[in-house]
Amino acid sequence: MGIIRASKLGFDYYKYDDDGNVEQASRAVDDVNLDIQAGQFIAVLGHNGSGKSTLAKHINALLVPTEGTLWMDQMDTAAADNLWKIRQEAGMVFQNPDNQIIGSVVEEDVGFGPENIGVPTDEIWRRVDASLKAVDMVAYRQHSPNKLSGGQKQRVAIAGVMAMKPKCIVLDEPTAMLDPSGRKEVLKAVRELNKKEGVTVILITHYMEEVVFADHVFVMDSGHIVLEGTPREIFSQVDILKQYGLDVPQVTLLAYELKKSGVELPDGILTIEELVDALCRLS
Amino acid sequence: MSIKLEHVYYTYSPGTAYEIHALEDINLTIPDNQFIGMIGHTGSGKSTLIQHFNGLIRPTQGKILYNGEDIWGEKYNLKKLRSEVGLVFQYPEHQLFEIDVLTDVCFGPKNQGLSQEEAEVEARKALEQVGIPEKLYKKSPFELSGGQKKRVAIAGVLAMNPKILILDEPTAGLDPKGRDEILDEIANLHKMRGISIILVSHSMEDIAKYVERIIVMDKGKVAFDDKPKQVFSHYKELEKMGLAAPQITYVMHALKDRGMDVDVTATTVEEAKNSILKALGVSVPKNEQKNLTDDN
Repeated sequence: MGIIRASKLGFDYYKYDDDGNVEQASRAVDDVNLDIQAGQFIAVLGHNGSGKSTLAKHINALLVPTEGTLWMDQMDTAAADNLWKIRQEAGMVFQNPDNQIIGSVVEEDVGFGPENIGVPTDEIWRRVDASLKAVDMVAYRQHSPNKLSGGQKQRVAIAGVMAMKPKCIVLDEPTAMLDPSGRKEVLKAVRELNKKEGVTVILITHYMEEVVFADHVFVMDSGHIVLEGTPREIFSQVDILKQYGLDVPQVTLLAYELKKSGVELPDGILTIEELVDALCRLS
Repeated sequence: MSIKLEHVYYTYSPGTAYEIHALEDINLTIPDNQFIGMIGHTGSGKSTLIQHFNGLIRPTQGKILYNGEDIWGEKYNLKKLRSEVGLVFQYPEHQLFEIDVLTDVCFGPKNQGLSQEEAEVEARKALEQVGIPEKLYKKSPFELSGGQKKRVAIAGVLAMNPKILILDEPTAGLDPKGRDEILDEIANLHKMRGISIILVSHSMEDIAKYVERIIVMDKGKVAFDDKPKQVFSHYKELEKMGLAAPQITYVMHALKDRGMDVDVTATTVEEAKNSILKALGVSVPKNEQKNLTDDN
């Protein structure tokens, strides 16, 4: 049994009139079934408004289903008793680094979570040390967060989640506001947490290059999961992805265009090395 | 119409312990009708620089000339400058505030002294050019999707008929389709209105696809100012600045290193495809016939 499971999950957003009556309901997530194994690196793709973030917010019970059930580590997220436990086990990192840092010193910010749940002081410091090390931010522990770059702030936010010793971390477009080097830093930190600490990662992103490293990819469209598979399986369907308002990495697109022009290349090329190797074998 | 920066310096908190030289000796000319990309990693001075273009920030040293006139000279009309040099900030959706879309876009031209009717003409034109359909005109701007909000904000600046439009990462947070749509619309504006555009972006692929000139900022200085092909040929230096070239550039260099005769200056998928096909000896369909007869 997986760490995150959803069965027939549905969620409605309501619009209320001035008297508090429901005026309109719109379905953001519809009939989603999931079974994510512990330790997997999952990517979720979909255009704006496809339901990705709504689905992600169900994982740590920021939202509870209108229909169906979601279990985080066998706990039903709709049961209020499970709330604290679920929020400890599933941490979330959002898009804007400036909205999620509260401490005036990096190490205090990272320690905020464990302190809040009553972890003993020396254990808090052990966790702060380990978390900062995991995201390669030890050198900045005494710094003020507002003097850091976007990529560094996001890594502090990730360290803050790590200090809660979560089993799962959900990242909702963590790199959308970063420059290329900041994007690389954050992605590297996330991949290491997944590999070294075995944390289950759910990465929501619009950058197709970041999806290449995932074990499994879900594509969402109007609240449904419309495609799933390995990155290679997903990215070999260039035309279908375009229909869903998505893209493929530039190398994949180049390989696809070359193939259409009669060059014999394998399907779903994902990296620069793969394309270069395949082309050099031909010439 | 042109903006000229001569030896512009800008220092934050001068004379204090927090003194930061954000810009050092910037010399640039933004001519008429040019599509310019600006790249540089966070903190390189891009945002400080673009705020100099319409007089939001006054340089610590140096001159800024708009059509030959010093914008910080006595009696210079900065208000007029700001309506001719339009600036769309990174989160254009934060610039929205009116009760409905049309009113929001009318705000700028009305502020310029146009009547309600005249302002509406400009607003409708601008909304149409950014692809906002009429059925959304009476909606609250806050009910729109992220991409639509960004478009409305851009229309709000466009309605003032700027001669130069500066956009600070207009596509951050958009999905690929929304991103392509907005960039296509911006490229169209450049063509239809003949205005100069400065596009600040972190996406090298987007920059390579659209612009004719790239200004690279690094540590408060202009590191490169050239055509995209020339700029991306310095991809190793760009990496040292925390930037990168489009993925295609890396593919082409790797192929060249492995002995394939390809054009390393290709920066778009189309250019790369043609160059690789040529190197492999695969002809494009319409030439196939000719090659066959040659062989015979």
